[in-house]
Amino acid sequence: MRKKIDFHIIKKLDLFTLNVRCGFDSGVLVVRGESGAGKTTLLNCIAGLCAPDEGFVSIGGETVFLRNAREARIDRPVRARGLGYLFQSYALFPNMTVEQNVLYGLRNKPDYRDRARRKDLLEYADYIMETFGISGLRKKRPGVISGGEKQRVALSRAIVTKPGLLLLDEPFSALDEETKAVVYGEFKLFKERFRIPTILITHNDAECEMFGDHRMHIKAGAVV
Amino acid sequence: MDFAPIVLSLKIAGVATVFSFLLGNLFAYIINKKNIPGKNIWETVLIMPMILPPSVMGYLLLIVFGKRGPIGAFLLERFGVQVVFTWVGAVIAACVVSLPLMYQNVKAAFLSTDPIYEQAAMTLGSGEWRIFRTVTFPLAQPGVISGVVLTFARALGEFGATLMIAGNIPGKTQTVPTAIYFAVEAGRTETANALVLIMTVFSFALILGLNAWLKKKNFYR
Repeated sequence: MRKKIDFHIIKKLDLFTLNVRCGFDSGVLVVRGESGAGKTTLLNCIAGLCAPDEGFVSIGGETVFLRNAREARIDRPVRARGLGYLFQSYALFPNMTVEQNVLYGLRNKPDYRDRARRKDLLEYADYIMETFGISGLRKKRPGVISGGEKQRVALSRAIVTKPGLLLLDEPFSALDEETKAVVYGEFKLFKERFRIPTILITHNDAECEMFGDHRMHIKAGAVV
Repeated sequence: MDFAPIVLSLKIAGVATVFSFLLGNLFAYIINKKNIPGKNIWETVLIMPMILPPSVMGYLLLIVFGKRGPIGAFLLERFGVQVVFTWVGAVIAACVVSLPLMYQNVKAAFLSTDPIYEQAAMTLGSGEWRIFRTVTFPLAQPGVISGVVLTFARALGEFGATLMIAGNIPGKTQTVPTAIYFAVEAGRTETANALVLIMTVFSFALILGLNAWLKKKNFYR
């Protein structure tokens, strides 16, 4: 029986072959490893931003990717995988305001075309922005806000669409120590309140201990 | 002084710029963002007009768009549109020779934008067209704008290919560059001087204005 979030990624890279299998139903899976261990490639394979050579990805019990010698192939495009991705550099659209960034994904939802349902979506977005303390930044461009604020905007943007899986690529690495302490606290609250199945990758042991409900250490593409 | 060549030049350059803008963006996107076969060949063909002598381009256009040319015959029979010795011919000449400039600028702008923004848009559920409209194109804006200005300037100055395909019919196909050439040949120095002055001042102001604007406008910071 497959878990709600289940994946097996096999991909040949320049120096080694990435071969990672894991499954969990809820909580945060922390994948720890040194730089170059294949962590970001693993996330990109799950997201569909790069294609594994073999394996499967299942999100919320639905198979979004499948490739092996026997079974039929499935490869849903990134946009149809129903996930949220927080990039290491946050990747906030510099040409849009904070509010436009947060609302960006909502406009792709079929519900957004229905006036009544759109109201609900926008109310939820307001709630998220309020929760993350970024309501006051709505009209600002990402270029003029602090690192911690960028991180909160990026997280709001990733979860406002209610993804079935949240992928966090070293979400704390770009922050200074002082901001990090605050953001750690916020992230704990976020984790408790939203309970979105999450894969967090980091090279920091403390973060792994702090946030991991499930933990995995990878080295040169393999689980150790 | 006859202002017809100036008006016609602006009209031809304007229409050619619109087509170059659309085609330049389309080709830059397809060639650089999609995995199409023969990428290098397509790109070389697109850039050739920048390297080939204008007379060669003009001659090639005559072969293709002439009354008996593959496209010229089709346009004439199907739509009753004659290209040779009309302002449409001048637009085609200006478009073909200025397209490489548009393409190169847009391509550089597309390639200098971090693909992570497009990836972020994908993870947020956007399809290709929305990503282009909301992310790729707006982020390429500075390159696209300088491409438009350079394309317009190049189209305005087009001479050789235009002369071959559109000729020099006053009031119909005579542009500023051809008017200058024939004024000098006929010894009408005053007309030539006036047109040269107008063209020089206009081009100078255009490039100066663009550079000043691009420096002043702080794109997305």
